[in-house]
Amino acid sequence: MQVNERYIRQLILPGFGLATQEKLTQAKVLIVGMGGLGCPILQYLVGMGVGTIGIMDADTISKSNLHRQLLYEEQHIGLTKVAVAATKMHLQNSTVQINEYPFAIAKDNALEIVDEYDFTVDATDNFSAKYLINDASVILNKPWIYGAVSGFEGQVSVFNLNIKGEVPINYRHLFAEQPASNEVASCEEAGVLGVLPGIIGTMQAAEAIKLITGLGISLNTKLLNYNFLSSSWYEITIDALLSTPIINLDFYHATNYELDCALSNEQIEEIDIDEIDISQFLDLKKDPHLFILDVRELHEYPTIDFSHAQIPMSALKNSIHQLPNQPICVVCHQGIRSIYAAQLIKLQKQIEVYSLKGGLTAYFNKVNND
Amino acid sequence: MEVQVLFFGSITDITIVNQLMVKDCLDTKMLINHLNLQYPTLADKKYFLAVNQKMIHDNTILKMGDKVALMPPFSGG
Repeated sequence: MQVNERYIRQLILPGFGLATQEKLTQAKVLIVGMGGLGCPILQYLVGMGVGTIGIMDADTISKSNLHRQLLYEEQHIGLTKVAVAATKMHLQNSTVQINEYPFAIAKDNALEIVDEYDFTVDATDNFSAKYLINDASVILNKPWIYGAVSGFEGQVSVFNLNIKGEVPINYRHLFAEQPASNEVASCEEAGVLGVLPGIIGTMQAAEAIKLITGLGISLNTKLLNYNFLSSSWYEITIDALLSTPIINLDFYHATNYELDCALSNEQIEEIDIDEIDISQFLDLKKDPHLFILDVRELHEYPTIDFSHAQIPMSALKNSIHQLPNQPICVVCHQGIRSIYAAQLIKLQKQIEVYSLKGGLTAYFNKVNND
Repeated sequence: MEVQVLFFGSITDITIVNQLMVKDCLDTKMLINHLNLQYPTLADKKYFLAVNQKMIHDNTILKMGDKVALMPPFSGG
């Protein structure tokens, strides 16, 4: 049989065989990103006979891609990555179905596309896409294979793999919040050594093959880090102990995933916040859906009995995911810190956020004079 | 009492070195305070901690020879 001839060298491995090859044929895998990681992932999955593969990337091929994205040639510069990749892969293995998505993963397409596949392989180069893949996969109860590089290091893991009796680990168990722009050291186009995403992407392809075939042990409880310079691997056992936001559709819709690199402190300051005056506040306060958040430090007086939570400014950044997805009015002593707090909340959550103008000083002046 | 501290990814942009021996830190909280004094910009960095290759969530007592890793998020591809 022709099938046997093509795959004979893997078929004859102990524990492989025709039944395992059939699992590959039946598998549907989505690869998000067709760059340095995506190229080797796609090449191996196509070569080994994964039946249906979706490839997603908005980019066109540029000269500076060629040192690490070995699917592409000089003559392809300016062409769409997914189109060139699909054409070349069809030549490699015409039995594989390749679905092209020549656009970026986004909030309005992630759930629908991730749902069409058994699992997703993350070959992206930004946090926005990684958190989208994570959250969509958690909502749809599907695993995803993580890979990333940084300098001379790269890492790989498998997230949200549902194993009976265990809480699936997702990326938010490592880093609950998507890093804001000012937490990412440099947004300049970072240097990448050609071979490094090749190594990490190939590791991701190996994990994909393991997920499909059931061979071996998945990396789902490990973060495996590779250092090119020292040729060393460092494995960290990860767990789901960290309290994270509950990732459901409400959370997904309320989350702002587009914290792109260009967003600086100055731009956070440009986020418009509705400042409400004291009479508007007294009206709004009657609405049971309004969540009043006090951002003063715990030692500040006077205490108030009408706030729903007190999260000091110093702790707010790491607690935004704990806030409810309902309108929030932020209060502080003078109404200055509360504007910045409201901007931070609005950066991460697409909800209505107000700041009380004049703060609690204005509130007590009004209440005591009335 | 000495422990080995390992730095990964963008943390090494701050520390320059990949590893460091640190003396007389009884727990991870003390160790982080010590590192923040040595590398002030480290205080603004996001990372999780692992002791002897296992992720930790709370302050953890350290003993001689422990390996403490600072692992930041990676995003390149």
